[in-house]
Order: sequence, then structure tokens, then C-alpha cells
Amino acid sequence: MDDFRILPAADSALVIEFGSAIDRKISDRVLALAETLTSASLPGATEIVATFRSLSVNYDSLLTTGRELEQAITALAKRSDASSRIRKLWDIPVCYDPPYAPDIAEIAKTIGLTVAEVAALHAGTQYHVYMIGFVPGYPYMGDLPAKLRLPRRLDPRTRVPPGSLAIATSMTAVYPYESPGGWHLIGTSPVRFFDPDSAKAALLGPGDGVKFRPVTADEFSRIRLAVERNDYVPGSTEIAA
Amino acid sequence: MIPVLKVIAPGFHTTLQDQGRRGFQHVGVPVSGALDRNGYLLANALVGNTQGAACLEIIGSGPELEVTGSSARIVLVGSGGLEISGRDGLPIPSGQTAHLTRGEIVRVRLGGEAFCSYLAIEGGFEVPLCLNSRSTYTRAGFGGLSGRPLRSGDTLHGTIDDAAARAEVCLNDRRDLRLDQAIRVVLGPQDDYFTEDAIETLLSGVYSITPASDRMGFRLAGPLLEHKSDYNIVSDGIVAGSIQVPGSKLPIVLMADAQTTGGYPKIATVISADLPILGVRGAGCAVRFQSVSREEAEKIRRADYQELLNVISNIRVVSESRSIDIEALYNQNLIDGMIDANA
Repeated sequence: MDDFRILPAADSALVIEFGSAIDRKISDRVLALAETLTSASLPGATEIVATFRSLSVNYDSLLTTGRELEQAITALAKRSDASSRIRKLWDIPVCYDPPYAPDIAEIAKTIGLTVAEVAALHAGTQYHVYMIGFVPGYPYMGDLPAKLRLPRRLDPRTRVPPGSLAIATSMTAVYPYESPGGWHLIGTSPVRFFDPDSAKAALLGPGDGVKFRPVTADEFSRIRLAVERNDYVPGSTEIAA
Repeated sequence: MIPVLKVIAPGFHTTLQDQGRRGFQHVGVPVSGALDRNGYLLANALVGNTQGAACLEIIGSGPELEVTGSSARIVLVGSGGLEISGRDGLPIPSGQTAHLTRGEIVRVRLGGEAFCSYLAIEGGFEVPLCLNSRSTYTRAGFGGLSGRPLRSGDTLHGTIDDAAARAEVCLNDRRDLRLDQAIRVVLGPQDDYFTEDAIETLLSGVYSITPASDRMGFRLAGPLLEHKSDYNIVSDGIVAGSIQVPGSKLPIVLMADAQTTGGYPKIATVISADLPILGVRGAGCAVRFQSVSREEAEKIRRADYQELLNVISNIRVVSESRSIDIEALYNQNLIDGMIDANA
């Protein structure tokens, strides 16, 4: 397949770009190539970062050259097509009750649904993790049902609490850390999405599937306590990519 | 884990940094590590540490530290010097090691010329590895000392209690910070989002680093860079050196703590050899850009690394008769007008 171009980021990275859209087919192509390049262990390549529509291959220019790397990647990219990896489908508990969801009532009003209907619509969709970015462990997941697609808030919050479930445009995400944020907050998950003390660091990886499961405030508190005791891992099943 | 130094005063922004955290950018973890990779490597080399040992990166104003081990050998690389309590004479200049014994207090006085300076201790500072690195990433609060800058009362740990008695060493030549040198860039990856005028403006204009700069990015003021139409892109990867241009039309050079992805077009990328040259420039410093090819960037990187190895192999013993190099002190503004950058 010859559907990409390679752009330089000085002598620090090559950007392998598959178009400029957020598109599930492009994402699958990016993730399949990420997998191929990771298992190829290219000499001098230090990181492989998948995004919506491109792949950054960072390298150490004392160990290799962009030209050598470009040749190796081009050869592999033409062969790499579909992903063979078995991915995870995660079952993530979320409390959508208004005290845990500061923007849900307003959104329900805007789109002409009840709060319960907004929660059911959001939880009734299976999402694809396109990429992790913005802050450590922040998963960009899509695509939202058409009815839930709204522009970002006009007044971004300076502090979004950790665990906040958010939506904006066609995407949904969970804030692993307290940070500024302009997305609408429609729930809170008790799960820990990023733990620098664990070997894998981030719970979700690009390519994973995610379904959200509505829980009551009581269940939320029980799970949060278990998370604090390091005694809770959300359920997951294996799915073909 | 041996307690080696106690923090009497932390300085403005002092963090533990090493060569950075690699292998986790795909889950959104920035590289971090020393802003001035060369200063960091020289500091470790001067005290005989292996590459990769953690140093203190000092920004803004220097800390005051008390030796709590039997003895310690330390060095400052950057600008400024080390004032040691109870010792007469001039401070020990940047680039020269000093041996201190238990109870001695060292005050790091910055010269103000370099934005960041590095303090290395023989044996290296010891903190638990976090995702394979000892670098501090303050935004998410992990790595280094509890993920934060030093505070008064902190204890810093090392690997040796007693630094071996031997002659002190120094850099053979004063380090040139190259504050006037143009920063070399390779255009792209999104230079096609900008007008031809914008590219020419970037390469001919003079920018200055604004005070709103930090380890994440240096925000520049200067001539505006026009986008052809849109200033949003679908997010893609960022490296240290990416020059992104948001709607303000002013460039931001992303640095050591850069986020891993971003949604603004990147007009150019600073070559890896010039990241330390930019990293030592503080607010108010001028920045000019010059375009090179990727192949040139790679050649420059290799030559620059060879030059660094030469500087390391020329490290010499400080002669007894001139244990303080007066000329070097004058050159570093240590004698008249010692200043702290945030004073």
C-alpha cells in the first residue's frame, strides 16, 4: 500500500502521515504499522507514537540516519496492512449522576433528551482508542453517537478533577489527572487510568476498545475504595482488531 | 540510598533530571530530562559519573545545600559558582569540582548568563526509577523527588557517603554558551500550512524568549507568522524542538517537558544539536533561526557530540598554584555584579 508520505521532524523523528482526517480506517492503518515497526525493532528508533492519522518514529541521530530509517519504514509500510494483534475491550464503570457529571443536565437540555437518555446513549456505544496524548494516559476515544457531538465549551475550566468523563466533537475521554480542560463533563469514573508506578503506566492503549457501564453513587464509592487499596482492575475481554 | 545533602533553601526551580524518560510517549508521557543536555553530560563527566546519572537542574536562582554525608564532590556547570560557607576567597567557578565535608554549606550563585545550570555530585543522586528515569515531570507530579522541585528541608540521597580524596578537576576552556548563534532548524513537518512570507519571516526575523516560557515550551515574541488558512490540524506527534504556531501567529518552541501530541501546525523543528544551545537561553534572550537540511542536521549532531567528547577528554587537574582561575571568574561576571536571575 502506498497511501502515506514521510515528513521530517529535523533529525529527531520521521512522521509517517496517512492523510489528515480522523477516520477509523486510517487509525487501523496507523496502528497496524505501529505494530509492524515495533516488532521490527529498527536500530536507532527510540519511540513509536501513534496518533489519529500519523505515526512518529523518533530516532537517535547518533545511531542511525533519517534516510536509512525512511528506507526501512517504506519497505515495511508497503507490506503492513491489517493488524493481527488481539486487542482488549474494556468495561469501565462510570457514574453519570449529576453530582458526578457537572455538565450532563445542560447537555440533556441542549439536545432535547433526559439525563438518563444521555447516559444510556453514551454507555450504549463501543469506543475505539485512537491515541493517547495531551497529558499522560489521556485516551482520545471515538466515535460519539451523532446526537452527542457538541463543540468544546466556550469557557474552558482551569481545573478538571481526575476521573472526569468528557465529550467534545466526535470524541470522548477520561482525564487521568487534574488539568485544565474545555470538554463537557458528563460523568466520573473511579478507575485509575494512569499509574507511573506500574510497568505499563497507562491502562488503555491505542487500538483498545472501551465500553462504559453506568454505576450508582454507592457502587462508585465501593470501586474507588478498592482502587485506592490497589485491589481493582476493570474487566476486559479480548477482541480481534 | 545514602543521605548526601540537605536542602537549606531550594532556589527558584531546582529539579532532578537525567537523560530523560524514553519509551512511554505512546501513552502520553513526555521525555523530560535536562534542558541543556551538554551541560548535564559535562557536569557528570567532571565528577566521574557514568552517563545517565541524575543531576540537579537549577533555574532562576540557586539552592543552598548542606553536606550530610562524610564528604561530597560536586560541580556546577552553567553560569555562576559555588560559595562554600566558612571558606575565604572567591567562589568555585562553574566547570570546576569542589570537595566538601560534613556540615559544610554550599550556596549556588547563578551568573545569570545561562537559563539553566547543572549540579552533579560524585556517585549521582539517587531516587527510585520512575518509568526508567529519575527525571522530574512536575505537571503530572512524578519522577525525581516526589515529582516536584526541591523544598527546604528535603534530603537528597546519593550512592556514596565519602567522596575519594583526589585532585580537583576543571574544564580546560571556558564553555561557550553560543548565546548569539542562530538556532538551526529543518522546515516542517507542516511548513505547507504557512505562507511563503511566513517561512521567510521565521528565517530572517529576530525573536525573543518571553517570561511565559518554561521547561515545556519557550514562547517567542517577534514578527507574526501567517497561516495559509487554518491553524488547527488533526493532532499529531511532537518532539523536543517542534516549533508550533497557534492562532496567535507567534511561535512556541516545545522543549524537554513537551506534551507528546498537539493540534497546531509545526512550521519547523530545531535540530537535536541545537536544543541545548536554545535550552540555556532565558527570558529576554534573542533567537534567530537558520534553515538546514535533515542530512546537515545529522552531520552537525555527530560533529557536536565529537566536540563534547573532546571537551571531556581535555578535563584537567586544577593546579595548586592557581586553584582558582581569575580570568575565568571575570569572564563569568562572578566578581563584579553577581546576580541571581530572579533577583
